[in-house]
Parts: sequence; C-alpha cells; structure tokens
Amino acid sequence: MSRLAQVFARLSGQKALIPFVTAGHPHPDLTVNIMHDLVRNGADVIELGMPFSDPMADGPVIQQASEHAIKQGVGIEKTIQMVKKFREADQDTPVVLMGYLNPVECMGHERFVQQAKSSGVDALLLVDSPPEESSELLQQLKTNDLEQIFLIAPTTTDARAAMICEHAAGFVYYVALKGVTGSADLDAESVNKDVKKIKQHTDLPVAVGFGVKDAKSAVAVAEVADAVVIGSALVLALGACKDSNEASQVIANFIKPIRSALDSL
Amino acid sequence: MTIKYSEYPDEKGHFGDFGGVFASETLMHCLEELNQAYARLKNDADFLAQFNHDLADYVGRPSPLYLAERLTKQCNGAQIWLKREDLNHTGAHKINNTVGQILLAKAMGKKRIIAETGAGQHGVATATVCARMGLECVVYMGEVDIQRQAINVFRMKLMGAEVRSVDSGSKTLKDALNEAMRDWVTNVDDTFYIIGTVAGPDPYPQMVRDFNSVIGKEAKKQFAEKVGGLPDALIACVGGGSNAMGLFYPFLDDSSVSIYGVEAGGHGADTDEHAASITAGKVGVLHGNRTYVMSDDQGQIIETHSISAGLDYPGVGPEHAFLNETGRATYVTINDDEALAGFHDLTRIEGILPALESAHAIAYAQKLAATMRPEQSIIVNLSGRGDKDVHTIAALEGVTV
Repeated sequence: MSRLAQVFARLSGQKALIPFVTAGHPHPDLTVNIMHDLVRNGADVIELGMPFSDPMADGPVIQQASEHAIKQGVGIEKTIQMVKKFREADQDTPVVLMGYLNPVECMGHERFVQQAKSSGVDALLLVDSPPEESSELLQQLKTNDLEQIFLIAPTTTDARAAMICEHAAGFVYYVALKGVTGSADLDAESVNKDVKKIKQHTDLPVAVGFGVKDAKSAVAVAEVADAVVIGSALVLALGACKDSNEASQVIANFIKPIRSALDSL
Repeated sequence: MTIKYSEYPDEKGHFGDFGGVFASETLMHCLEELNQAYARLKNDADFLAQFNHDLADYVGRPSPLYLAERLTKQCNGAQIWLKREDLNHTGAHKINNTVGQILLAKAMGKKRIIAETGAGQHGVATATVCARMGLECVVYMGEVDIQRQAINVFRMKLMGAEVRSVDSGSKTLKDALNEAMRDWVTNVDDTFYIIGTVAGPDPYPQMVRDFNSVIGKEAKKQFAEKVGGLPDALIACVGGGSNAMGLFYPFLDDSSVSIYGVEAGGHGADTDEHAASITAGKVGVLHGNRTYVMSDDQGQIIETHSISAGLDYPGVGPEHAFLNETGRATYVTINDDEALAGFHDLTRIEGILPALESAHAIAYAQKLAATMRPEQSIIVNLSGRGDKDVHTIAALEGVTV
C-alpha cells in the first residue's frame, strides 16, 4: 500500500490536513524543519512546491515565494534533495511535489522519476499537465510506484471528471474556485455539491484546495471532502520568519486551530 | 514518407512532438469550447465573408507585393520582393489575427477581451478591434515594457483599453502572458483571451496561423501574377512566429520553395544575450504548449535579449519547432548589429522604415540573395513599420528626438 493510501486508511473517515509550502521559502535551510513542524502540529500529507519561474496558476503569494526561492538557488533538484533529508527522520508522512512541467521535462522524465523515487517522494502534481498530455510520464511514474495527482475544477464537465478519475491515483484534488491559488473566498455550498459529484466517479479520497485559508473555510469544505489543502495563507504567514524557532511558532499557531477544527467534525 | 504539412496539427493539437494543451484544468473546458467554435466557424461562409470584408475595408488588404529593385541591385543576386504588412491599419500583421479572433469572440457571446503584449503592437491591434466592436478590453503588459513603449501604451488608452502593469518575474512579455492566463482562469465565463502569436495551448497556434495565412495566400497569388510560378525562397522573422507562419503556411507543401525563419541573435546566439529559442534553446513546455524554450539547467525560463521587443520571447510557436525538426524550414539568426544595418539599408535605399523585427528578415535576405542567381526570387515578410522604433534607434545613436 502506498504511503498516501496508508494515511487515508489510518484516518478512516477523519479529515486529512495537507499544508502546502514552497521549497526554499522563506529560506532553503528552513524547509526541512518546516516540514517536520507541520507533521508535529497535525499535517497528514505535505505538498512541497517546486519553485518555477512562470507559475501561471499561482496568485501573488506563491509567485513571490517561488521567485524568492529561485533567487536562493532552489529548483527541482534541490527540492528533491530536501525530501531526501526529510525522509531521514520521517518515513511515514507522504510528500507530494507540486509544480509545473518544464523543470521535469528539463531534468528528463526518467532521471526525475528515479531521483524522486530514491529520495522518498510519493506523488507528483503538475498544474499544466492534464491527463491527455501525461501518458508517457504517467507510465514512468507508475512503473516506479509513484502517483500522479490530477486536478478537477469547477469548470470540468462531468464526462471529463470521469476520465480524470480513471487516470487519478493517490487522491483527486478539487480546485475550489475559478482563479489562482490564494484567491478570494470559496463558496462552500457549491464546492460540496461538486465534491459529491466527483465521489460518484471514484473511490479515491477527494482533497479541496485553492481558497482554503483557515479553520472556518477548512471545516466548511471538509464536510464532504476527505482532505483540505492550505497553501497561500500558510506561505504568507511563513514569509517573515527569520529562523527555525520563529517558523515553529508560526506553524503551531497556524496549523493547530485548523487541526482541532477538523478533528471536531 | 512525404509529410502533408497543411494537415497539421492533429486532432489533439500536436505538430509532431510539439504543441498540445498544457493548461490548467480550469481552462480545459473553455479551450474545448473554443476549439469547437473555431472548427465550426473556420469553414462557415458567413464568418469568412465577414472576416474577408474586414480585412479588405478595415485593414486595407491586400497588402502589396513590392519588388525592392535598389535593394536587389545592392545584393547583386536574387530578386527581393517585400510583402508589405507594414501598410496595414495599425502598421503590422498583428491586426489580421485580432480581426479574426474578435469575430470569434463575438460569435461565442463573450463580453470582455483580454490580451498580453510585449512591444505593444498586439496590444494596439487588440485595443483597435475592441474599440470598433465596443467591447471591454484589458491588456497586460510588463512594467519594463510599459516604460520602453510609452507611445503604444498611450495609443491603447486612447482607444479605451485598460493597460495593466505586470510586475512579476522579469516584468516583460512572458510575465504579461502569465498574468493574462491568471485573469482568464478567474474570469473564464465571460472573457475571451486574444493571444497574439502562434503559441499557447491548442487551438491558438493553428488559429493565429490561419488568420495570418492571408499573408501567404496573397503573396502566392501576387507572385504568380507578377512573375509567374513560385518564389525560390521565403524569409520572415520569428519571435513567437505569427508573421512567419502566416507567410509560410500556404507554401509548406510546395517543396521547391526554401523557407527561412530568422531568430533574434541579440549579441550572438553563442552568448547569454539573445532570443534564439530554436537555434540555442531546448525542448520544454511553456505557456500551454511543448516547444523550444530558453531555460536554465533547472528548467527555469530565462530572460532573453533582442534589440527588437517583438522578438524578445523565450519560446517559439510549436509549428516552427516542428518545421525545424522535419527540416522543412531552416532557422537562422541575425544579431542586433546586423538587424540595425538592415534597418538603415532599407530606409536609405528603398525609403521604407521597417520595424526592427522585420529588419532581421531584411538583413538575412541581403545575405541570402547574394548567394542566389538574378533569375531567382525571394519573398520577405516586411511584417511591420518602424515608426515605433525610431526612439530606440535615436537613443542607440545618441540622438535626442
């Protein structure tokens, strides 16, 4: 059973919390500690952003975090190395790499998949690689027991959602709103309606992200979804941290209320 | 096996290994709708009649095919014919595409138009058709480009467009495109995105090519009438590559015609300062399609350089990548200094101020013509006029205008 499957099996109906942080932000030396702090405070899965120069699906917060990380020399290979370092002390928490296709293409599918596998990466989410364009990479990932996470959006038709679910592994990621990461408020009612529809196509867990920013919005969508992804709000909170202690404090303050709100469901 | 170029892209939007739809899931449905609408309208008699009418009466087509006799004499070789896209309304080929896409937007019932622009030519061409149709227009433009192209920014505003400054990344064309994509994802229900070049996710590369292919169709007919037969070579500059695809496409299956795309060599394709994606880039994925891109060893898109803002783009249309791979077209570079010399030559010898983009094509035509015989002919796409560049050129020469 994959690490992701194990997590969702262990939770057995409890809601999974999936924080997103950008590798190398606010500083490359802090990222591995940040990942451990997230787990300590209740994260079930970690989404680690691979900084890309042209993040066209991201809002200003993650754009700036990526620019900042790139300036400090963090790209796809350093991101993978951070996962390797994280794995030295954590064998259980799944790590999903999230980013854009060009760095993966540049590294070469085979080399990327090998390094990701040997470093303890569990899954890959590429914003600009829909199932139609992913067949070759998907094959390589499958051969190496890595999972590719696909997105479903509010604009995705029912027939298309069924096709995506057919290719999906790990979990299905529902984009809660029309917009970029960290956009305005989501409409929980319509999200829950859409997530119910997705669940008719698949037995995989469904995570909701884009627009989830605090305990209140997390609880609102977790009513139907199996997991919530929180990115921009956390990245913004981490932005000012100068050292590990500060980051630990910010994470505790940020994650704990969301964790306990989800656990009270 | 002979490749039938006119049949590309395939039904998935691929030109061989290139092209495709590498877009956010939120956009997939509207790209599908756009694809269906375009597939329906591109052969619709009423739509084509309206498009051709607008090209004739609003743009001023056909544009002349002009024999540059004194330039030909200077090169002492093949005849150099200029396809005068500089004489179009708004001064460049860009209007061919925006006239077509705005009709499509109207037919699809979209109320709001967005566009990206680098030098401002596509922004102006979009603002122009929006003014004519009475549609809301938002143009994204990098902060750096806004400073470099103040006159075009003002032209857009005069026509009622809102110009939004983009301060992310390198603050240039590629970032303006990213920002337009973000707007589109957010306002996908009522917004039509008019992309200005033969890049982006399918169907944009084929759609922008088709709307611009009026250039090649006219040139073919005009050449047959004036000279007879087919030209021996075609030359056009390539940034994203829309003027080039427009000229090349109707000739792709005519194997006797040699085809040359001229990339911006900047300070030299062997230096770090150029925009020659095919000549010196590598295969990657940018702005919704697989093509040649300029990136570092970690796959980060790098900043490009060209004297001409319109060629200053780190990618290239996927069909050009395909034509390069199959060998149907040859891609060469012209450096900044050579383009400048071409600009001055055409201005002094023919009395035509070319855009700095088009000056790259002129400079290569001078080189190529000299290696050919007088009974041979080259058609060069003079894609735009150079009035927009006089400040750049004056500054380079230390002249205060």
